Amino acid sequence: MNDVSSWSKINIIREKDRPTIKDYIHLIFDMYYEFHGDRYFGDDLAITGGIAKLDGMPVTIISNVKGKNIEENKQSNFGMAHPEGYRKALRLAKQAEKFKRPIICFIDTPGAFCGVEAEQRGQGEAIARNIMSFFNLKTPIISVVLGEGGSGGALALGVCDRLAMLENTVYSVISPRGCATILWKDSSKEKKAADIMKITAEDLISFKIADDIIKESSGGAHKDPEETAYNLKEYLNKTISELLEKDIETLLINRYNKFRKIGEFFEDKSSL
Amino acid sequence: MDDFFNSIKLRIDYDNKSKSSKGKKNRKMAIPRDLLFKCPRCQQLTFMDEFEKNQKVCLECNYHSRLSSKERINMIIDEGTFIEYDEYLSSKNPLNFPDYDKKIEQAKIVSGENDAVKTGEGKIFSKLSVIIIMESNFMMGSMGSVVGEKISRAFENAIEKKLSVVLFSASGGARMQEGIISLMQMAKTSAAVSKHNDAGLLYISVMTDPTTGGVTASFASLGDIIIAEPKILIGFAGRRVIEGTIKQKLPDDFQTAEFMLEHGFVDMIVDRENMKNTIYNILDLHDFSNGRDGGKLNNE
Repeated sequence: MNDVSSWSKINIIREKDRPTIKDYIHLIFDMYYEFHGDRYFGDDLAITGGIAKLDGMPVTIISNVKGKNIEENKQSNFGMAHPEGYRKALRLAKQAEKFKRPIICFIDTPGAFCGVEAEQRGQGEAIARNIMSFFNLKTPIISVVLGEGGSGGALALGVCDRLAMLENTVYSVISPRGCATILWKDSSKEKKAADIMKITAEDLISFKIADDIIKESSGGAHKDPEETAYNLKEYLNKTISELLEKDIETLLINRYNKFRKIGEFFEDKSSL
Repeated sequence: MDDFFNSIKLRIDYDNKSKSSKGKKNRKMAIPRDLLFKCPRCQQLTFMDEFEKNQKVCLECNYHSRLSSKERINMIIDEGTFIEYDEYLSSKNPLNFPDYDKKIEQAKIVSGENDAVKTGEGKIFSKLSVIIIMESNFMMGSMGSVVGEKISRAFENAIEKKLSVVLFSASGGARMQEGIISLMQMAKTSAAVSKHNDAGLLYISVMTDPTTGGVTASFASLGDIIIAEPKILIGFAGRRVIEGTIKQKLPDDFQTAEFMLEHGFVDMIVDRENMKNTIYNILDLHDFSNGRDGGKLNNE
């Protein structure tokens, strides 16, 4: 990966008219019914979820929501969910398990919201609970990064059997800006940080964290959302069929091992 | 005694001089670290020997300050019973992150440990458990591949041996220098906790200072029983980040153990003095090996 490309990718996903889940949902699925609320506290519009049909097959959709203007972003909080958003996601995921529907998660968030109320309602606990519970869901799960995947807020929708990333997307533990602030106390060096952090789809494939890259339309998804949606749909159809061929036991073992293998370290005394 | 105070005064003068010589005027009294403890919560100064006699708990406000993993083992585990797992696991630099290798080397020297967690098994008043203790002296207990791997292996060992897990968290969160790989350790460890849970085994999570970020958002929040030490920091987002978002200063008790208890995310707050007894009693309450009336509570 050369330096230019990881930054130019970030610029592509920051395009004002970058398609969001709201653009894709009707291009990919039929008959989307959105369901609301976590049944404990409230409804968080930073996450949308519900049921739909993918070429005739019922599926559960859970997605971060980003807006394209101030009005939309006010509603969806720039894609940064509160605990009730993650708890809604878990409720719908368990519902999917009950009715044997595959789950498709779309990740598009800078991260979980950092605020007083989020802390009071247990932001950490909500994310932890999702991560743990998704390992046990007895139904196939596919996660697709649509724009940016940021930190624990992304991972709360990111425990899956297959992780795919749209061609220009990034997925990271901390935003390049946050990383630059910590490293050089200068947020304007985010470009440099973005390169160091290795956050592109190719990087994640090389770490064996992402499984597949889905092509965007030439020049980025905003150039032709329909073409990108078509590619997403193809991928989802193909992947769901593959996952449905496996028995649930095997699926869960593979899901455990997929994450269990991630990590690089020295093992023996002589390396110290 | 006069000499003793003089020596402190000399040290203070010396520290002040060395600070100002760096060109930065610092009106605050610098503290000779080996003689006095300054509580980060209430700012009270205590003589180090009194503070240490009090198990490193602030005599003024009861803040339970950080312990090294070795100190924690001495406090919790029966002498001579600790068997360490995977002690030679150590970090690589998977992203080739600038200065990460240097940081690791320094952290090894500062902490005397190979990474930010110590795992193993040991006895607590004769009850064998798997023990996981995070080391805040090693890069603020941050979680990278080594921490994730050691914790996952420890839970897997516990499943194999049908043992409870007692985990002391102390971490600033994910280790940024390992990028996305460190984020994935949250998933890996939570999966191991889940397996241990499915096996019907007990996991006691003890939150110590600080329990924040990716650790709060994974295994530390997933204990069957969650205990916290008094006055410590527990939270997801950093205080300064939140203050930056809301543009106001947060109250002092925000994100403390007491705050988390009040909001329902901690089962109980336990003093260091009573920690070993409490853990023993909880282990005992889950031990049916001698039948329902098998054990006796420890009221020591």
